[in-house]
Amino acid sequence: MSEVQNFKVTIDNITIEVPAGTSILNAARMIGGEVTPPAMCYYSKLKESGGKCRTCLVEVSKGSEKDPRPMPKLVASCRTNVMDGMEVKNITSEKVVDARKGIVEMLLINHPLDCPVCDQAGECHLQDLSYEHGTEGTRYDFERRTFEKEDIGPYISLHMTRCILCYRCVFTADELTNKREHGVLERGDHSSISTLLNKSLDNEFIGNIIDVCPVGALTDKTFRFKNRVWFTKPVDVHRDCPTCSGKARAWMRGDEVYRVTARKDQWGEVEEWICNDCRFHKKETTDWVIEGPSKIDRRSVISQGHYVDTKTTQILINNVIGKEPRLLMDIHDVSDVNKPEVELSRIPGPAHSDDFKTTRD
Amino acid sequence: MKLLLEHAHVEGIRYYDTYRKHGGYRAVEKAFKMTPEEIVEEVKKSGLRGRGGAGFPTGMKWSFLAKPEGVPRHLVCNADESEPGTFKDRYLMEFLPHLFVEGLIVSSFALGSNVTYIYIRGEYAWIVDILEQAITEAKNNGWLGKNILGSGFDCEIYVQRGGGAYICGEETALIESLEGKRGNPRIKPPFPAIQGVWMRPTVVNNVETIAAVVPIINNGGDEYAKIGVGKSTGTKLLSVCGNINKPGIYEIDMTCSVEEFIYSDEYCGGIPKGKRLKACIPGGSSVPIVPANLLLKTAKGETRYMNYESLADGGFATGTMMGSGGFIVMDEDQCVVRHTMSLAHFYNHESCGQCSPCREGTGWMYKILKNIEYGKGKMSDIDLLWDIQRRIEGNTICPLGDAAAWPVAAAIRHFRDEFEWHILNPEESQTRNYGLAHYADPIHVATV
Ligand SMILES: Cc1cc2nc3c(=O)[nH]c(=O)nc-3n(C[C@H](O)[C@H](O)[C@H](O)COP(=O)(O)O)c2cc1C
Ligand code: SF4
Ligand code: SF4
Ligand code: FES
Repeated sequence: MSEVQNFKVTIDNITIEVPAGTSILNAARMIGGEVTPPAMCYYSKLKESGGKCRTCLVEVSKGSEKDPRPMPKLVASCRTNVMDGMEVKNITSEKVVDARKGIVEMLLINHPLDCPVCDQAGECHLQDLSYEHGTEGTRYDFERRTFEKEDIGPYISLHMTRCILCYRCVFTADELTNKREHGVLERGDHSSISTLLNKSLDNEFIGNIIDVCPVGALTDKTFRFKNRVWFTKPVDVHRDCPTCSGKARAWMRGDEVYRVTARKDQWGEVEEWICNDCRFHKKETTDWVIEGPSKIDRRSVISQGHYVDTKTTQILINNVIGKEPRLLMDIHDVSDVNKPEVELSRIPGPAHSDDFKTTRD
Repeated sequence: MKLLLEHAHVEGIRYYDTYRKHGGYRAVEKAFKMTPEEIVEEVKKSGLRGRGGAGFPTGMKWSFLAKPEGVPRHLVCNADESEPGTFKDRYLMEFLPHLFVEGLIVSSFALGSNVTYIYIRGEYAWIVDILEQAITEAKNNGWLGKNILGSGFDCEIYVQRGGGAYICGEETALIESLEGKRGNPRIKPPFPAIQGVWMRPTVVNNVETIAAVVPIINNGGDEYAKIGVGKSTGTKLLSVCGNINKPGIYEIDMTCSVEEFIYSDEYCGGIPKGKRLKACIPGGSSVPIVPANLLLKTAKGETRYMNYESLADGGFATGTMMGSGGFIVMDEDQCVVRHTMSLAHFYNHESCGQCSPCREGTGWMYKILKNIEYGKGKMSDIDLLWDIQRRIEGNTICPLGDAAAWPVAAAIRHFRDEFEWHILNPEESQTRNYGLAHYADPIHVATV
């Protein structure tokens, strides 16, 4: 067997060696932190994904050692492979920051911004994206796009107005089921995710499209309006399942399982697909063997209900641009909830501002 | 100078016997005595550039085609012609189908394509029959099928109708559609030359490009390259429409000036009713619009000619592009705002919707332009439009995003005062047009 060649690539002045064939985005993920471009459509588990949302655009200021010419346009880092000696600028490129602002704005102009009634709020990648890379306010003063409501079955609810057309759910259905029953109909700004004849999606793995959806376009009907995600506590659980690995994440409040999802990694990607049975029907604590609280990034609003075992992301950006981090906002720095001495997992039910007042001064 | 349209007016040229009598299929006879490499070499020498819009050198494109052992290769002809203002391929296919088929056979042989496809615009339904007829005739006479002219080379040509989407003219969307999928452009790389139809190496060429291969083989690449100037070799078909005395298809040798082309009786015969020229889009709706003063002369004050380099002189700041040759002429009565709005509507309607800047941005631009056109615009809208187009351009998967951005950018660049006038005079702008202003045609002042 021949050795896989290693390529040296520099992203935002940080150099790393990666195997040939690695995309710029994945190389950046190996570095981690703010150097990683946001990815709204790419999904490492889905072969054909990526290239569509354009949020991961980066500037290639040096093509490679052999051909050092810069690339004329910004490129989608998720679909562009590194070359040896390549130099990439992500947040150190003004062009990238500006283009990304534009793309966030485009993604939002027709978005309903109905976060207050959206079950995805709190774990929505579009919320994170707009917070980190967008601008305040909007320059769009037209009516936002709406769609006819479509019922796609008893378990999954589709809110087409929130969809960003990342195609992840389409690829998921392609890869996990042998007959995809939904897809993209129409084109341009009236394209929509649909089953054409109001069919219901009933493959036993189809529930995974909820997990891959970066926004609240596909949500779990069995969890509908039951709770806000940040009031529930994610717990890693497993069970003996004849269909899937049975490794899942239960979202609990007290002893109640409100919702079951697949476990996700630090990029918000599903680690192992789970079946519909585990997801929609196993809502008793007795259905599951509890392993312990899931590790949640300390920056996530979800860690509000879950202070133990949070992870802190490494902050590299100051080394790169010599400034304080300016992209990510740490909710704990600006909120009342920022009281590490309060053991949130001990608070029964949702945390309330009173819970923090008691420990003041 | 006529190479492609030489026999266009011969009665019955659409049929095999007449076509053959006028020297048809000589190029096939000649080509099959050459090696495929020699044909590619002739095309390289000819300097032929793709006639589909981008103007990429055809010989070079052909030599990029990957040739892995045991994997079939394909030639796909792009007959999707849907760019507003462009209708030259239609003329070629409708009146000279055998010239086109002849070009396809020679090109297929050069590229080693045993199965060649014509992907034709869905609305050209009747042309499908004309092409099928020509293909059948060619086959009955031994120019297609198995072991053509005893060479051992087999070739079949299939015609596939599109579903009526402009985006399927983009080569990778075309390939997806040809494979029976939704016509979304692919994310490149890989390019079609490596992985095209059915993931096999593929060359996609425009109809006119393929037809031009016939005179190149008949006369030799060097002879072809003598026609025209610089890197604009050979002849180019132009489809002329708008405010012009003689709209239609013209074959030019790329040495005449724009002024001669518009005003001489040999070509378009000037502008009707003695009106003055206001602006022109010389290469199909995607290329930048230029006002009369920059159309006839470059920014340096030199005469502008009808060829790739001269039309592009000055870049997008003061020049435009040859594009696909859809020559749209606008006289003093035309409204640039209205025109830009309808183009924005077109691109909004035709975006495939895969990537966010194009999907959302095209609709946004259209809505703003509609407001300005109907007297509801704000001054800040102009800068906003500029900002939107700037953020679409270059940030999308396929060039449709650029094609949507350029017309808006060019209209604002050259006609900003007209947009402002619309906004400042919401009522008056509903009843009359802005007229000519500073970009009045400096040469042909109306005599009446
Ligand atoms: C949105 C879009 C539409 C296009 N439509 C056409 C078309 O209708 N006909 C065509 O020949 N090329 C069209 N093209 C250009 C093709 O992608 C491709 O460049 C061309 O077919 C190559 O042929 P050529 O090298 O012979 O010019 C289009 C490109 C884009 C981006
Ligand atoms: S429904 Fe969700 S996963 Fe599917 S395309 Fe829309 S945003 Fe993507
Ligand atoms: S630029 Fe427009 S047409 Fe091209 S892939 Fe993107 S959305 Fe589709
Ligand atoms: S993540 Fe790369 S384009 Fe969407």
